[in-house]
Amino acid sequence: MAVKKHTDRTYEGELEELRSKLLTLGGKVEAEIAQSMRALSERDSKLAELVVGSDREVNLLELEVDESCRRLLALRQPAASDLRFITTALKIVVDLERIGDLAVNIAERAIDLNQSPPLRPVHDLTRLAQLCQAQVRKALDAFVDADVDKAQAVIKDDDLLDALYHNLFNELLALMMEDPRNIRRANSLLFVAKHLERLGDHATNVAEMVVYMVRGTDVRHPHSRENTGQP
Amino acid sequence: MTGPNGAQAKIEVQNLNAWFRNNHALRGVSLAVPANTVLAIIGPSGCGKSTFVRCINRMHELVPGAHQSGHILVDGQDLHGRGVDPVDLRRRVGMVFQRANPFPTMSIVDNVVAGLKLNGIGGNHAELAERSLQQAALWDEVKDRLHHSALSLSGGQQQRLCIARAIAVGPEVLLMDEPASALDPIATAKIEELIRELREHLTIIIVTHNMQQAARVSDATAFFYLGELVEHGPTEQIFTNPKESRTEDYVTGKFG
Repeated sequence: MAVKKHTDRTYEGELEELRSKLLTLGGKVEAEIAQSMRALSERDSKLAELVVGSDREVNLLELEVDESCRRLLALRQPAASDLRFITTALKIVVDLERIGDLAVNIAERAIDLNQSPPLRPVHDLTRLAQLCQAQVRKALDAFVDADVDKAQAVIKDDDLLDALYHNLFNELLALMMEDPRNIRRANSLLFVAKHLERLGDHATNVAEMVVYMVRGTDVRHPHSRENTGQP
Repeated sequence: MTGPNGAQAKIEVQNLNAWFRNNHALRGVSLAVPANTVLAIIGPSGCGKSTFVRCINRMHELVPGAHQSGHILVDGQDLHGRGVDPVDLRRRVGMVFQRANPFPTMSIVDNVVAGLKLNGIGGNHAELAERSLQQAALWDEVKDRLHHSALSLSGGQQQRLCIARAIAVGPEVLLMDEPASALDPIATAKIEELIRELREHLTIIIVTHNMQQAARVSDATAFFYLGELVEHGPTEQIFTNPKESRTEDYVTGKFG
């Protein structure tokens, strides 16, 4: 069955443009995460500096997305799926921009760490980074495909991410206790781990909004809803 | 059919079909309207919105060649039952039309009391008229010129005069067929605010081609298409997450 388009072609185009901007923003921050982790693992400060510099484009895209959403709300009085899409856009653009900021924070840590000799490899950090990148990619795919199953998989895997983070925390703590000369560098890696964990949370936020966008059901804060009689 | 809290619905429509000769204008429509709520009827031109409301005050049967089947109940009483006087029905179920239609040869106050006189309703007509004009949010604008011609009023004021005339006879239900479509935004806002106030004493059904108006004033919305009731639900749900794809297509502007 062909997807129905809006009778107003300009409106159809404006919605498509908003979608496209969000996807561009998503693609940029995904790349930033990969580059910042490579800058860390390959001790490449030049790459890290590129990531820091690319933050400007991400911020400008956020401003453009917000402007488009405000314009659509004012001029089009959107309803139903269009309303849910635009309000989702307003929310996930914040999460995507924050993901970009966190990638920049990781890149800055890399630049700092690259000025000292490397610590021994921390395996869980690589695993955490891979999982976080996958979460962001899956959340964006869920948005592109309007796929609730993909979104729910991201929401579910957030627990896995948190568990990995806690293991990593303990591993880094052990490194610090082993030798005081490790403390500064292990602490930097702890920050990186925290940034990755927060990044994963933002991916989950995006996934939750995708569920709302597709189904019209708000699945956020399930524990707060318990015993309130809210669906 | 009962409402959400078990109370009997004010208006209940059961499998209503309506024809204009061979044109099947309404097909198997069933819905219930709880008392003191506003139901908005939306849908593209020719979907049966006006035909539907005109069945509820038995105006449909006045059209030559028109007929209908099914049941319409008000307070559980079948409108076509024995002993139901159509004229009295049209007092209990008032109607306001798209174009304001005050009686052109009468003054403002005479327009309001005309219905009282026609229905043989006694009492202090001047007081009743003032109360109706107050309820229609028109009193302050006309109290110093009650005996001026009704046509001296603006379009929006004439429409509120027609509402005052309709409510003067003490209806329980008010049917409004695109009451603000000929009015400017400020007059429209006044009519919409009036609808919100009238809801406390009346049950209101408003036909409108303006979806944003339906969203602003109503508690529930019914979407009609080609004579069928496609979807009926709480207004917020119809405009944020409708169940039927045809409703979704209509409210998002993908129709046609």
